[in-house]
Amino acid sequence: MSDNKKMTIIATKGTFDWAFPPFIIASTGVAMDKEVTIFFTFYGLNLLLKDTSKLRVSPLGNSGMPMKLPFGPEWLQKIDFGPKIPNIFWSLPFTEYLATFLMKKTMKKNGVATLDELRSMCQEFDVKFIACEMTVALFGYSKDDFIDGVEFAGAATYFEECDGSNHNLYM
Amino acid sequence: MADETLDASGLNCPLPILKTKKALSKMDTGKILEVISTDAGSIKDVEAFCNQTGNKLISTVEESGKYIFTIEKA
Repeated sequence: MSDNKKMTIIATKGTFDWAFPPFIIASTGVAMDKEVTIFFTFYGLNLLLKDTSKLRVSPLGNSGMPMKLPFGPEWLQKIDFGPKIPNIFWSLPFTEYLATFLMKKTMKKNGVATLDELRSMCQEFDVKFIACEMTVALFGYSKDDFIDGVEFAGAATYFEECDGSNHNLYM
Repeated sequence: MADETLDASGLNCPLPILKTKKALSKMDTGKILEVISTDAGSIKDVEAFCNQTGNKLISTVEESGKYIFTIEKA
């Protein structure tokens, strides 16, 4: 057993795929008896919005992203279209809807928790959610745009949360 | 014989661990929880979870693609 009981995460990404790691690590951290705080700043604020259905993933500029179909005959599901489709294709309108749809389907098929499920699990486990006040104002959000239970504070508060924590992750 | 059983079949990381944590938190010390998982990653993860939280992993059994963990609540 460990005496290192605290963990903090800075969540900075606002795309559908990058919404998962902070919530997965935070909820697991609590399961491992850590006291966890997530500081959401810049695009990471998207992860606290009441409506997360607008979050998208795009393969544009991410040539490392595997693109396999979650349905169809087995031989077809094995093909990785990632390296086969020219990356410029993903600059066409609405292609991110297709990529997001396929990623959601694949996750469901693999028994991966949904974003809202992971986020409510974090809240149930008392993970502290802090939204960066400066970026909330900068991006013109209103506090009503976010889910209940979010604290609004700045970088100094993040540092206070780091006190006594030896897991401090930037995502 | 287990006091409680948690069927986490079909669920992927980190859900088996999160559900195990929730199930254990509702149980009394010394009670036995049996967790059934199909996530191959849970073999190492349940062990790490028990090491870290002080709960005792009594046994791990693999049976036709299912992993059955017996955990004693600390």
